[in-house]
Amino acid sequence: MKKTQIYSLLLMILMVVAPHALHLPLTITSLCLMFLLWRAYLTYTANALPKRWLLFLITFAIAAGILSSFHTLFGREAGVALLILLTTLKFMELHTVRDATVLIYLACFIIITNFFYSQSIPVALYMLATLLVIITVWIQLSAPTIALKARCTMAATLLLQALPLTLLLFVLFPRVQGPLWGMPQDAFASSGLDDKMTPGSLSRLILSDEVAFRVSYANQVPRREQMYWRGPVLWNFDGRTWTPGRTANSIAPQFTETKQAVAYTVTLEPHNKNWLFALEMPEWISVPAALTYDFQVIQKDAVTMRSRYEVRSVLQYHANLQEAQRQLRRGVQLPPGLNPESLKLANSWLAGNPKDIDIVRYALEYFNKQNFQYTLEPPPLPGIHGVDDFLFTTRQGFCEHYASAFVFLMRAAHIPARVVTGYQGGEYNQTGNYYIVRQSDAHAWAEVWLTGQGWVRIDPTAAIAPGRVQRGLSASVKNNDVLPFMSRNPPEWLHALRLNWDSLANQWNQWVLGYNSERQYAFMSWLGMESVSWQKMALDMIAGLTLLVGIFALYMLRHFYVHRPDRVQVAWEKLCKRMAKAGLSRAAHEGAGTFAARIATVHPELAEPIQNLAARYNALRYAGQAKDAQEFIRLCAKFRLSRQNRR
Amino acid sequence: MSLSLKNVIRQAEQIILGKPQQIRLSLTCLLARGHLLIEDLPGVGKTTLAQVLARTLGLQFRRIQFTSDLLPADILGFSVYQRPVAEARSGSFEFHPGPIFAQMILADEVNRATPKAQSALLEAMEEQQVTIEGTTRALPVPFFVIATQNPLHQIGTFPLPESQLDRFLMRIQMGYPDAVAERGLLCGIDRREIIAGLSPQMDCAELLRLQQCVKQIFVSPALLDYLQAIIRYTREAGRYSHGLSPRAGVALLTAARAWALLDERQAVIPEDIQAVLPGVVSHRLQVAGEYQHSDTLVRELIEAVAIP
Repeated sequence: MKKTQIYSLLLMILMVVAPHALHLPLTITSLCLMFLLWRAYLTYTANALPKRWLLFLITFAIAAGILSSFHTLFGREAGVALLILLTTLKFMELHTVRDATVLIYLACFIIITNFFYSQSIPVALYMLATLLVIITVWIQLSAPTIALKARCTMAATLLLQALPLTLLLFVLFPRVQGPLWGMPQDAFASSGLDDKMTPGSLSRLILSDEVAFRVSYANQVPRREQMYWRGPVLWNFDGRTWTPGRTANSIAPQFTETKQAVAYTVTLEPHNKNWLFALEMPEWISVPAALTYDFQVIQKDAVTMRSRYEVRSVLQYHANLQEAQRQLRRGVQLPPGLNPESLKLANSWLAGNPKDIDIVRYALEYFNKQNFQYTLEPPPLPGIHGVDDFLFTTRQGFCEHYASAFVFLMRAAHIPARVVTGYQGGEYNQTGNYYIVRQSDAHAWAEVWLTGQGWVRIDPTAAIAPGRVQRGLSASVKNNDVLPFMSRNPPEWLHALRLNWDSLANQWNQWVLGYNSERQYAFMSWLGMESVSWQKMALDMIAGLTLLVGIFALYMLRHFYVHRPDRVQVAWEKLCKRMAKAGLSRAAHEGAGTFAARIATVHPELAEPIQNLAARYNALRYAGQAKDAQEFIRLCAKFRLSRQNRR
Repeated sequence: MSLSLKNVIRQAEQIILGKPQQIRLSLTCLLARGHLLIEDLPGVGKTTLAQVLARTLGLQFRRIQFTSDLLPADILGFSVYQRPVAEARSGSFEFHPGPIFAQMILADEVNRATPKAQSALLEAMEEQQVTIEGTTRALPVPFFVIATQNPLHQIGTFPLPESQLDRFLMRIQMGYPDAVAERGLLCGIDRREIIAGLSPQMDCAELLRLQQCVKQIFVSPALLDYLQAIIRYTREAGRYSHGLSPRAGVALLTAARAWALLDERQAVIPEDIQAVLPGVVSHRLQVAGEYQHSDTLVRELIEAVAIP
């Protein structure tokens, strides 16, 4: 092994391991770096590699260290750490080209593990670049004399040649559902709505720029203030925290007098919970999921992978005009002995025996008139009478404060009410014609049950800050700095750039990462395949592979059956044709030198260039030289009779 | 090109005035290890050319005047019985080499001799050796024959058949000198005196080396395409009674190589082929039907075949 080859391998592994430094413990990263530097030093000083017993010792130490810190040798974290450490350690016994080839294979495997952590476009691009480097180094192993630039070109050509094969395998490789193909369970950390709500839990979520889901509407797009994406419904209140409470058997959800149906497709990012988001109220959904008695869409398993479903929702409805008594009783339960001031306030509204809808209006008017503020940074409410403190002392809050206080007041006035959490609004992406709903669009609102109207959505936030619902968060909060970047008002061009990027990422999610067996089957039937099955697709794949390899073989062996015109000859004949147009045609039997001499007698000023060309032509075509062919072709193309020389 | 070769050409041109093409062609023929047939009237300088070449190249020179009563032994040599000397018991035959045992032969008026004598010469030319009375004797190296024949006065001659003509690499014509050259000839001193005073510009080893160089001249596939196109044309065009033989093709290539060497090039180009074509093919081709002068015949051939 040459020194330059070793250095190239070191650089390659450095590039392969680099992205893992972001999530591996610092000790492992520095250990890897140490091994690489050690080998670089040994190569530089031309010292012998360490003894075998020492390597055994280090290997065992590494295994023991990983076992003690991860408690396993397998799984994502421990596996990747072990793989990377042993790969860098492999340098300590790297003697022959064969060892280096093993290292190349390992490098190819390690870059795949990047996908355990992120499957975004930048990561894929980085992996592609790394692959290019790996192949370049591989070529260097077998042919060290080739120059770097030529090696890179060769590697790029190889990758390009692999492209059709890759595409074919991607499209046709049967996607068998099963644990073997899935990602590790802990593959994706997730953040999102919880099924609990405390003061401050939503405003923390608001700080995240992350995409919760993307929506594309089939045809009709509802108004922004109608876009309430329903999530967990919360019933129980302990004075501070809202929770769903026990699931009670109840009558099935019923929507009557439904109007304004909209159809749309949601691509939900994994959030490790089992609810799906849909516009209020969902009528039909394309995946197996149940609609609970309080109108949540729940599926059996948690969403651990990006999933895609179609929904049809009705925006105008009467929900459960008939409600079980038990539910209505649940809807007015309050923690005993808390928030006496609020109870008093609600009782004061009951005087005069008003209708329920009037009490709702009183409460909203109260929020509107009493100088409440909508803010992302509300003062903390540490006391046990949190609702009292908010309603009468601080009067600054975020949506969860308002939803919580509003439901408390309703229940105090004996109106069944509950808190609904979810997302509100979304950002329209013009490039991709879809809506992005981010974590920063998280919202909480209230639902009250009114006789003759069923469950009615009341959003107290809209009473204080109507802009939140109509235009989004940044329009309604004063202090912009606290907001995540995308929810602020960034410069126009940056905003457009971000939206374009998101559109691209969406396409990537939809068509590359989201290309599962259903999509595959759909694509195959769209292509005209009847009764798609994975066996058939496997056969198609083999046929396609054979075809591709055959085409490549035909192309690569073309010198056996295609007579390729000599480039020099083509250039010369073009020149002769041009001269013929100018009245100086070369006779078919006229040699280059003779022709040049004839031109020289007619146009003495051209003697030098044309005779030079003829000499070059003779050298290239008849003397077996090939080195100045490019120059000759260039000169031929440049050679012109000047205007006055033309007849 | 070696300096000596340049000197040879310069010296020859000083004596044979106005005939540079013929000088070059005969040198080409010599370098390509072929033999030369000069067909022209008497007195246009055939013998002078041969003598000048022999002198300047430093070769042994013999002249054989072919007549109708010339016998093969007159060319090849014969054995004579030697009387036994006093102490020896029996006599022995001693071989007397004929004029063919020389490096350069001028076979003058080769068509005057009988076929028997002609074939003795031609076989020696082909084999580079002679077999007399069961003993094979090698001819000197280099071995170069310049034969001349008179195209007119065909009565009482034995014209060489085609198969015999094929043994000559080239056939050239001297032609009359132009006015300037003729004036130079008339004014100058006697050619024979000059020839006698010529000094060799090259030795035998140098000539052999140059002959080796000819073999190393590069021939590209593109040139072979052209050569084959010419041969194919003579066979398929229907203009000729018979096309060029494979031997003619080899001869053409060898001659073109030698011409390229004379032109100081390391590779053969189509112009080389065209330059040697009249000399190499004119005595091998015949137009079917009407008579045509060999010059026009070859010119037509060149113009009919495009360079691929």
